[in-house]
Amino acid sequence: MLRTILAAVSGGLFGAGLLVSGMTDTTKVQGWLDVFGAWDPTLAFVLGGAILPMALAWNMTTRRAHAVVGTPFPARPDPKLGHNLVIGSVLFGAGWGLVGLCPGPAIASLSWGGTGGIVFILAMVAGMLVANPIRARIDQVAAI
Amino acid sequence: MIEMDWIWGLVGGLMIGTAAAIFLLGNGKIMGASGIIGGLVDRSGLSNWQERAAFLAALVVVPALMLPIYNVEVKTNITDNMALIVAAGLLVGIGTRLANGCTSGHGVCGISRFSLRGMVSTVFYLLAGGIAMVLFRHVLGVI
Repeated sequence: MLRTILAAVSGGLFGAGLLVSGMTDTTKVQGWLDVFGAWDPTLAFVLGGAILPMALAWNMTTRRAHAVVGTPFPARPDPKLGHNLVIGSVLFGAGWGLVGLCPGPAIASLSWGGTGGIVFILAMVAGMLVANPIRARIDQVAAI
Repeated sequence: MIEMDWIWGLVGGLMIGTAAAIFLLGNGKIMGASGIIGGLVDRSGLSNWQERAAFLAALVVVPALMLPIYNVEVKTNITDNMALIVAAGLLVGIGTRLANGCTSGHGVCGISRFSLRGMVSTVFYLLAGGIAMVLFRHVLGVI
């Protein structure tokens, strides 16, 4: 129960932060990516502001045995980068630039994002569904 | 108003980082939006579906409840080109699952622990986003 409550607190604060920061406004995101246009630096402040408390939190995990609900802290991922990290990041970045939405803000703006917002979420979910077979195919090609 | 945007960016950013800190210290999980959604979509994360569902429900409801605070209409200003939206959504869905993270997971949670994967991913999605802007806005003029 506590786990569900904490997840809701986190999700709610995440959504509030996305709205307050302006990151649910696609023109601000595209403005940041458009370095050759009317460049908008807001996203740098959002990312910088978000990294600060999270760096403190990572530091706190070194002095604790486990999370509040008793689950272990996430282990450091395998430092191996791999082709899927690069290919996936490039595909994601391209889609992000095209309309200015990434997964968090897309969900957060569901209630006011209109048809376009809903269509984006449906397409994103469809993409997530086909990602596993695509990954298998890429691994197959990469192994040759 | 534009001059104030960076302050709101910083305030919102601190809220986002605090949300990620609560998820980490409270539940021992990385607050990555694409991972939380993706685990439900491809059923790989059904073992903690309550946690994921609660996170996503609050992510929708809390900003919706905040809208009346604003004395201007809050807009996403998303394009009305549906083909572009579908293409972008597919790219974001496939890309974040292949890369195992997005702006929140790799960007916020990864960089803050000096994760090489998070930093490399962030460099590549920022570059790809910038190139998409150059190509589709300045060369082709479609966005």
